[in-house]
Amino acid sequence: MMEEKILNYIEKNSRIDLHELAVLVDADEASVMNALEELESKNIICGYHTLINWDKVGVEKVTALIEVRVTPQRGMGFDKVAEHIYHYPEVNALYLISGGFDFMVIIEGKTLREVSEFVSAKLSPLESILSTKTNFILKKYKDHGTVMQAGHKDERALILP
Amino acid sequence: MRNPLNSRIVDIEPSGIRKFFDIVSEMTDAISLGVGEPDFDTPWRVRDEAIYSLEQGRTFYTSNAGLKELKVEIAKYLVRRFELEYDPYEEMLITVGGSEAIDIALRAMLEPGDEVLIPQPSFVCYVPCTIMANGTPVTIDLKEENDFRLTAKELEEHITDKTKVIILPFPNNPTGAVLEKEELEAIAKVVIDHDLFVLSDEIYSELTYLDKHVSIASIPGMRERTVLINGFSKSHAMTGWRLGYACAPKIIIEQMLKIHQYAIMCAPTTSQYAAVTAIRDCDREVSDMREEYNDRRRYLMHRFKEMGVKCFEPFGAFYMFPSIKEFGMTSDEFATRLLKTKKVAVVPGTAFGACGEGFLRISYAYSLSNLKEALDRIEEFINELRAEQSGS
Repeated sequence: MMEEKILNYIEKNSRIDLHELAVLVDADEASVMNALEELESKNIICGYHTLINWDKVGVEKVTALIEVRVTPQRGMGFDKVAEHIYHYPEVNALYLISGGFDFMVIIEGKTLREVSEFVSAKLSPLESILSTKTNFILKKYKDHGTVMQAGHKDERALILP
Repeated sequence: MRNPLNSRIVDIEPSGIRKFFDIVSEMTDAISLGVGEPDFDTPWRVRDEAIYSLEQGRTFYTSNAGLKELKVEIAKYLVRRFELEYDPYEEMLITVGGSEAIDIALRAMLEPGDEVLIPQPSFVCYVPCTIMANGTPVTIDLKEENDFRLTAKELEEHITDKTKVIILPFPNNPTGAVLEKEELEAIAKVVIDHDLFVLSDEIYSELTYLDKHVSIASIPGMRERTVLINGFSKSHAMTGWRLGYACAPKIIIEQMLKIHQYAIMCAPTTSQYAAVTAIRDCDREVSDMREEYNDRRRYLMHRFKEMGVKCFEPFGAFYMFPSIKEFGMTSDEFATRLLKTKKVAVVPGTAFGACGEGFLRISYAYSLSNLKEALDRIEEFINELRAEQSGS
C-alpha cells in the first residue's frame, strides 16, 4: 500500500525530497528509503528520467515510431526477436502490440537520415522481420501525461474569502 | 435631493479587513495562500460539454427551476453520495451559485425580526444576507477547544423565542471543521425540540478527509426542516460557472422559486448543460482532486507541527486555521507583517467573524510546490518573531 503510494508520487515527480515524500505517504523517512531501495532492486523502479522538451533547446532530434511485422521464432515467440531489437542503443522503446502489426519500435536519432539508416541497415535485414513502416513524429503535444506547452498562470485573486 | 439609499443596506458593515485587502491588491509579486476557490481547472469533459452546448445553439433560458435533466442527475447524485432523496421536480431549484440559494432561502423564510443563528468563524455572506432578508443575525462563537465544531449546547444557549433559522456551514470555510453524525444528531434534537429550521450550506461536502460527509437532512425528522444548499464550485472546481442548487420541502422551494424567477429568471444555461456532465460523469475527477487536497492538508499539518504552531487538524474543505496567539499580535497585524516582510498573503481570521481573532486562514488550494515555498517563508517569519520575543 505504501509502496503503491510512493510509486504514484515519484512517477509524477522523481525529484520529490525524501522528507516530503515521507509526510505524504504517512511514514518515517527510513522506511520510505528502505521501500525505495527495495523497489529499485526489484526493478520495479527502473530509472529516474527527466521529461525534456527538446524542441525548445534547438538541438535537432528526430523520433520515429516504427511499426514492425515479424515472424515469431519457434519456441521463443516474440521475445527473442524483441531482445534482438531492443539491444540497439538507438531503440528508445519497444512494445509488443495487438492489431495490424507486432512491434512498435520507438527510435530516436539526430537526423532523419540516421533514423532511416538504422531502419534499412539494422532493422529491416533481420531475418524474422517481414515489413516495417516508419512514422516520424512532427510535434509532441503531450508526453508522459504532461502537456509540453507551459500551463496558464494562476489568474485567481491573491485574496478571496 | 433626497437620500437615494436604503438605510438598512447602508448600515451593513463593510468587511472589517478591507484595509488589508487593499494592501494585498498592491502587492502583485506576493505569493498567496489566501484564495477560497480551487486551483484546479474545471475537468476537461465538463468544459468540452459546455462548448458543445454552445455549438448546438443551446443559448436560451431554461425553465425557472432549472434544466430538468440536471435536476434528475442531481437527485441521483444525492442518493448515491449522501443517501438523500429529493424529488427533482418539486423539491429542487438550480441557482446562481450556492450564494443565491442562501440569499433566497433566507428571504423566503424570514419575517422581520426573526433571529438567525450563525456560527462563526464562517463565510462572510450569512450575516449580511440575513440583514437583507429583514432577519436579525445572532452569531455563535465557535471555540478552538471544540475544534470549531458547533455543539448542541452552544446552539441551545443562543435560542430565544425569536429564533427561527440556524445556519449550518459545515464543512467550514475558514476553519476546515466538519460535523459528524453524532454531533448532527444532537443538533437535530435541539432543532426539533425548539421547532427551528436549518439552512445547511454543504458546498464543501465532497471535500472531507476522515469520513464521508453526512448531511443533517439525512437525520430522521430533519428533512422537513432543512434547506440543503450545495453546488459545483468547490466539488468540481467550477466557481466561475456560478452554479448551485437548493433542496428543500416543496412549500419552501415554491417560495424560493418565486423570488428566483422574478430576480434571476434562471441559472446560466451553458453552466447547466456543463453541470449535467459534471455531476453524472466526474466522480473520478472529484475524488482525484480530493486526494490531492488531502495530500496537501497532511503536508501543511506536518509543517505547522514542525514549526510548533498550534493548529487543530481540520477534516474538511481546503483550509487550515492555525492559531497565532503566542505572538501577541492581532490577526490583521500578523497578516500585514507577513505580507510586507515575506510577501505571503493569508487571510486574517477576523475576516470571518470577530471570534476569528488570533487565527489565520491558510488555503491549500495551491500546488504543493507553492505551499512549500509559502510555508518556508512563514517558518522564517515565525522564527524571526520568536527571536524578537526572546530577545526583548
